[in-house]
Amino acid sequence: MTNLVRMTGIEKRFPGVHALKAVSFELDSGEVHALMGENGAGKSTLMKILSGIYPKDGGELLIEGRDVVPDSPRAAQDLGIGIIHQELSLMNDLTVAQNIFIGREPRKRFGLLDEAALNAQATEIFRSMNLNMNPKTVVGELTIARQQMVEIAKALSYRSKVLIMDEPTAALNDAEIAELFTIIRRLKADGVGIIYISHKMDELKQIADRVTVMRDGAYVGTVGAAETPVSKIISMMVGREVTNDPVTVPDLSEAETVLEVRGLNRGKEIRDVSFSVRKGEILGFAGLMGAGRTEVARAIFGADPRDGGEIRVHGKPCAISKPSDAVRAGIGYLSEDRKHFGLATGMDVRTNVALASLDRFSSRLGVLNEEAMRKTAQDYIGKLEIRTPSDRQEVRLLSGGNQQKVVIAKWLYRDCDILIFDEPTRGIDVGAKSEIYKLLKNLAGEGRAVIVISSELPEVMRLSHRIAVMCEGRLTGILPGGEQTSQEDIMHLATLRAPSMQPEGYQQ
Amino acid sequence: MTAVNSTTPPSLLGRLVEAGAHQKLLAFASLILLLVGFSIASPNFMQTSNMIAILQATSVNGVLAVAATLVIITGGIDLSVGTLMTFCAVIAGVVLTNLGLPLPLGVIAAIATGAFCGLCSGTFIAKMKIPPFIATLGMMLILKGLSLVISGTRPIYFNDTPGFDQISRGSLIGDIFPGLPIPNGVLILFLVAGTAAYILGRTVLGRYTFALGSNEEAVRLSGVNTDFWKMSVYALAGSICGIAGILIASRLNSAQPALGLGYELEAIAAVVIGGTSLSGGRGTVLGTLIGALIMAVLTNGLRVLSVAQEWQTVVTGAIIILAVYADMVRRRRA
Repeated sequence: MTNLVRMTGIEKRFPGVHALKAVSFELDSGEVHALMGENGAGKSTLMKILSGIYPKDGGELLIEGRDVVPDSPRAAQDLGIGIIHQELSLMNDLTVAQNIFIGREPRKRFGLLDEAALNAQATEIFRSMNLNMNPKTVVGELTIARQQMVEIAKALSYRSKVLIMDEPTAALNDAEIAELFTIIRRLKADGVGIIYISHKMDELKQIADRVTVMRDGAYVGTVGAAETPVSKIISMMVGREVTNDPVTVPDLSEAETVLEVRGLNRGKEIRDVSFSVRKGEILGFAGLMGAGRTEVARAIFGADPRDGGEIRVHGKPCAISKPSDAVRAGIGYLSEDRKHFGLATGMDVRTNVALASLDRFSSRLGVLNEEAMRKTAQDYIGKLEIRTPSDRQEVRLLSGGNQQKVVIAKWLYRDCDILIFDEPTRGIDVGAKSEIYKLLKNLAGEGRAVIVISSELPEVMRLSHRIAVMCEGRLTGILPGGEQTSQEDIMHLATLRAPSMQPEGYQQ
Repeated sequence: MTAVNSTTPPSLLGRLVEAGAHQKLLAFASLILLLVGFSIASPNFMQTSNMIAILQATSVNGVLAVAATLVIITGGIDLSVGTLMTFCAVIAGVVLTNLGLPLPLGVIAAIATGAFCGLCSGTFIAKMKIPPFIATLGMMLILKGLSLVISGTRPIYFNDTPGFDQISRGSLIGDIFPGLPIPNGVLILFLVAGTAAYILGRTVLGRYTFALGSNEEAVRLSGVNTDFWKMSVYALAGSICGIAGILIASRLNSAQPALGLGYELEAIAAVVIGGTSLSGGRGTVLGTLIGALIMAVLTNGLRVLSVAQEWQTVVTGAIIILAVYADMVRRRRA
């Protein structure tokens, strides 16, 4: 049987980088083939070659046995290769149908648009996906998950035989992931081959048939998804076995309460949230997407206004109305969206590390001491093992894990003793994840109060000394960390919608 | 996945210089080409007096363009630089001629007025969240109107203030080196540009100027009082417009209240030709200076060649589009 896609000996070089070294990959029709590897392993580069964005420097690409050279995204589309990028590329102000058929709108005479035909064709595609969606809805009004469905419909409208999905579940909650998987299974039954790029191991087990692992631009191997243990896949990715050491909960009953939040409220998003964190403690925040965890963090940090609630730092009431107030109180917030809210990506590591504390590097006239900034940046590059060629590297060129470390360095240098991490490992590969975990544990060990918001339960369970669970803006409970709490316990609270179950007042 | 990050990273400053360097090289080459071209076309062009005239013409526009550069690097825009310049000149006229106060007070009043008006624009933008384009468009009209109201729509002359015209027209350099009669206005332009470059490259304000243009929200979430710094940048730009106001009033020995509209677009054009990105985060003062010179050489050269004024405008417009296109092509290759 001929493979739907067969890539052998693919080579790609960029100036100074051997990005792909004789990589092989194959995909059969009706197969979900997961492509895994740490950031920088070459997955995206390989997919960009397949989808006609980059030309290959060597090797062979066969589609259904025919040797082809997709030299533009358009040519790849014509070959039946569709790609859904991690960052969705839809026009928010246009309708669903207009988005799907952008550039090839059905027309009437004199170049007039045929909206009726447009909507009918979109409806037809949704029917084939067994998806209930109104083609006239404006895309900006849809949830991310629904927007993703639109992207899939768009790819299918090109009669794609190959569908590349780059981290499709990154922004989805569990229910939405289930919906996505239903669609994927249906496509699979129709004979579409799907290349699935993801960092999430549990998803692979659910959806993938085979897994191909890449490392440092080279092909490592292809294994069956069902029969291969996760630890084996991870070790293929990182080149070493990763151990899952369970969390040890220290006795903090004597420790000072550093941050105390009482009766935090804002509209429907935050309803009467109260909790506290002690010195040296890691408090995890679990919950489904939209439960209000990020909102709580941003309200405490002063990034968004709040309707009510008291924040006490070191036992003293603290008026926080803007981020600079929070920073002065020693609170640092590390956003889930580093590129938009964490880093000045066009600027260098040195400036980003100093960004929250430039006043410390300036004379009374406001002249900067570059030498002191360089020393500080290099100090943190060493301490946090930030992999960067120099402190003058633009942060946008660093990997996700190293970008995160730059943000951490920024807050450490600012002497924040309360650190709120919002999805600290989002978009970070497995190897760098364990480094970030180690870092968080060390921060707590040094006596800082750490709050970790995460949508990945294993992450919350692995780190937290206590686990706060939220659902629809309410804090539905605080569970002890360690082995006595199971994923089921957390999920129970995360889906606990009855307001009568809301815990009263301050709890420990 | 970024594969192309192994080349040795240039420093931020080095990179800024470099990012601007190609463009500046290109801009600089265009400037030389224009100079050579006009010299060949007309023997009157390469006269010392004409060169001085070009520099003198650059002084006011150049100072305004430096002010615009600061604002544009934050990702904003300032449409009020031209009428603010005029307003500051009128204020100087009121202080010196109408009130008869001594010269330094007039200069200080003009610069303070500029800073205050810049602060107003900054407040509209930072505190009231009005988009820079709209806020400064409003300011532009308000200041144009106020200039006419205060002056009674008539020019204010500085005949009673001896030495006022020397601020721009005199030549300290020429007094020392008689062969080099560079007017003080040009000297002031270079002082302003040098100071602005120093502020951008070496101070907290400068660093935040770039950071605001690079990612304002990230800066705010770093606990930086972004409103304060943004207002500071607009105030600084405003005070530089005040200096431009003194320069133009000195050159004309009068405050002309009807003047000012159109200067803001010339300033923005000089900034853009100089390679500063309108989307913020990137830009250099040196590039802006070259951009301003190109505009001045072009206007002057076409006039020397007796090209009709209407056509001069057409050519200037075409040059702006060409300059930005050349920059785009270069960036795409890079």
